[in-house]
Amino acid sequence: MQNTVSQTSLTSSRLRGVFSANLLSSGAIMVALVLLVPILMIPGLAWFVADDSAINGLSAGAASVWLHLWQTVLGDYLFNSFALMLGVGVGVLMLGVPAAWLTSRYEFPMRRALSLLLLLPMAVPAYIIAYTYTGLLDFAGPIQTAIREWTGLRYGQYWFPEVRSLGGAMVMLSLVLYPYVYLMSRAAFIVQPRHMFDAGRSLGMSPFQNFYRLALPLARPAIVAGLSLALMETLADYGTVQYFGVSTFTTGIFRTFYGFGDTAAAAQLAMMLLGFVLTLLVIEKYSRRRIRYFSHAEQGQLQQRESLTGWKRWLATLACVVPPLFGFLVPAAVLIGWSLQSEELLSADFIQLTWNTFSLAGMAAVISVFLALVLAYAARSRPKGVVGWAVQLVSMGYALPGTIIAIGVMVCLIWVDHHWVVYLEQLFSVDLGLLLSGTLVALIFAYTIRFLAISLGAVQSGLQGIKPSLDQSARSLGKSPIQTLRLIHIPLLKSSVLTALLIVFVDVLKELPATLMLRPFNFNTLAVRAYEMASDERLMDAAPASMMIVLVGLIPVIWLNRSIASMGKHQQTREEAIA
Amino acid sequence: MKKLLFSAVAGVLALVMAPAQAFAAEVNVYSSRKEALIKPLLDKFTEQTGIKVNLVTGKDDALITRLQKEGARSPADLLITADAGRLYRAKAAGLLQPMQSAVYQDKVPANMRDAEGEWVALTMRARPIFYVKGKVKPEELSTYEALTDRKWAGRICIRSSSNIYNQSLIASMIVAEGQEKTEAFAKGIVANMARPPAGGDTDQLKAAAAGVCDIAIANTYYFGRLASSSDAAKNAVADKLGVFWPNQQDRGTHVNASGIGVTKSAKNGDAANQLIAFMLTGESQSWYAQVNNEYPIVPGVPASDVLNSWGEFKADAINLSLLGENNRLAVETMDRANWK
Repeated sequence: MQNTVSQTSLTSSRLRGVFSANLLSSGAIMVALVLLVPILMIPGLAWFVADDSAINGLSAGAASVWLHLWQTVLGDYLFNSFALMLGVGVGVLMLGVPAAWLTSRYEFPMRRALSLLLLLPMAVPAYIIAYTYTGLLDFAGPIQTAIREWTGLRYGQYWFPEVRSLGGAMVMLSLVLYPYVYLMSRAAFIVQPRHMFDAGRSLGMSPFQNFYRLALPLARPAIVAGLSLALMETLADYGTVQYFGVSTFTTGIFRTFYGFGDTAAAAQLAMMLLGFVLTLLVIEKYSRRRIRYFSHAEQGQLQQRESLTGWKRWLATLACVVPPLFGFLVPAAVLIGWSLQSEELLSADFIQLTWNTFSLAGMAAVISVFLALVLAYAARSRPKGVVGWAVQLVSMGYALPGTIIAIGVMVCLIWVDHHWVVYLEQLFSVDLGLLLSGTLVALIFAYTIRFLAISLGAVQSGLQGIKPSLDQSARSLGKSPIQTLRLIHIPLLKSSVLTALLIVFVDVLKELPATLMLRPFNFNTLAVRAYEMASDERLMDAAPASMMIVLVGLIPVIWLNRSIASMGKHQQTREEAIA
Repeated sequence: MKKLLFSAVAGVLALVMAPAQAFAAEVNVYSSRKEALIKPLLDKFTEQTGIKVNLVTGKDDALITRLQKEGARSPADLLITADAGRLYRAKAAGLLQPMQSAVYQDKVPANMRDAEGEWVALTMRARPIFYVKGKVKPEELSTYEALTDRKWAGRICIRSSSNIYNQSLIASMIVAEGQEKTEAFAKGIVANMARPPAGGDTDQLKAAAAGVCDIAIANTYYFGRLASSSDAAKNAVADKLGVFWPNQQDRGTHVNASGIGVTKSAKNGDAANQLIAFMLTGESQSWYAQVNNEYPIVPGVPASDVLNSWGEFKADAINLSLLGENNRLAVETMDRANWK
């Protein structure tokens, strides 16, 4: 009798489980679809744009534009985009990985301060670092002027690197994007168990071999994940390359779209970009697949930091000082100097601008992470099949230039407005205009699409630490799903959710193109203000807003550092929890 | 829990959608003129008329795209652009409607407005040749075309072909000289450039003053800003340079203009027309001259002292619509000339 009862309840709970899993995955597919629609507008535009070209009366049709592009600039676009990705790829690895290894494995002067300092360039938008270095290193800037005054040389008589060039763009982007690699690889290095290195050493491996043959291969998935984020940002970058006059694929899309008024050809170029991104994503997914395998190695004692001695300690310090020095301290100093010279600093609407920026970023971060959780849990419960792919596809948004996403969002929301508003208007017989487009809803929608890859990445890697066996143990001990969530998932996921929130927050602070295009009337952000001043060739007046972006961005970055630093401890607790 | 979530979502939605609500007397402006160069005037308008002005700024093309996608429901009443070519494009896309003719008639010269009255220029800027005093004698200069002479090899600074002011300059040349000659001109300029194009107009002026090149082509207001700055280093840049008005014997120096038009979707047409009339008053016109060194579009309004100090010149009287019409050809021509 008893047996029967327990069997029935087991069946019903299993049924409920299946039902809620279905609900979750269909919810996730819905979310993914809604977020994908604006991205899928691009191929849509590529095929169905006869109307646009006809209206403009300027376009001679996509075919002739393609011919023109092919004969003139397409080669440049491709070369520059590839070269830029290659350069930034090498740059972020060189800056990020050694610093992560040194700060997580060794003790040397100023290590604690440096491990935080290394993250700070994250708060600096790429276009702003480009402005500052141009002001500093340009021919008419203070450094070259000083050189000429000292040496008496004139233009062309001495060599000085040109900032506004392909090489300059590589350096600028590397300096602000390496923190992604640093962040991810440091998190991986921190949790690598000590016994592995002890074993390596007992087999006669040098510290370098330990790094090169043990730590590096094990951390590879994390490094590749960071690298692919940096490369996706590189592809999406418009501000820096446009300012430097480097024609990449992204600048080409806008030139075609605006200069030729040709939506179809621009959308086709954008599709090529999408193809690029998909390739990157497949690589990234492939490398993530290995995390599962390697995560079994997360056992045993965590490493203790080894103290470096003699010249090595200073070399380590130096290696960790260089990236934040050029990625943060120098630009910040320039910005402060300019701000003091500008009259913009104390204008009354500055507080309003800061508040707008802050609240918008906060709202976008919460929504984006919430959706990421839904998607990540759905993908976890159904790792194979439609959900997994939908989740993967949604990540594409990160590599798309903000303007393209903005156009996609605009077209979608306006379509919705035109249709449902007509219905509402008939119902209440009022003139409603546009309800969604031209409001903050559009803006937050765009941010979510653009930055979902980041929140999703962080949440997913957090979830990977919670093995399904842990759920099963909890359930077999008689805990309900809610209790399992409260007792196991929430404590274990807290730090990755926080990480996700903070990164999205900082990214939204820095975001410019979508904000510029979608924001409502009388609503400005710090990034918009900085852009307006800089594009009016008033770099100094752009400095106060830029400085404010960096300052506001510092708060979450510092917070983020603390949460990672305590990750080592969390890891230990987790091992204990599992044991 | 669900209820709570729902009300939270509803609350957030109500909050974010609040700005979309309507006020009594207002006018909505899409502007590609930067906030700093339009807001003070709009505030003055509100002060005088009590009409609230809602402003969103952005890039010309992005705003036009936004108007186009929003269609008949667009909240915008007015489109302000930093370049007349973009207004031509907006008109061609069917996004504008005729203004009340009383607003601009007898005020704005015919070549500075649309023939059907769908847009009107607000301010004018010239794009002359700047030369380094002491290195170049003004007698050596004559026309834009003469800059392709090999004697200027490695001596010219000019910005990228992505820039609308260069596109308009080339478009004006296509109209005057034909495409073939213009392409030869573009190739000649590229061959004589001191360095690949980078940076804005101010950067070209600074580069010339610092010795990179002897000739720079830039819009007048950037030079005016350097000349009237409170920063001595910027004044020094301006002091080293002279203004030369090219093509005085033929079509005149190239000029481009910022402008304004009423959108087809405008729901506050009267207020919109009032605002345009306000922008064409002597007071507003001289505000632009004083604050941003732009030439008044309305004849008879005095320019600023800085502007007057460069002397009178003959401006190219080309109809500004033609600049917009030939924009695409201009971009293609510069692409073929390998003008970065």
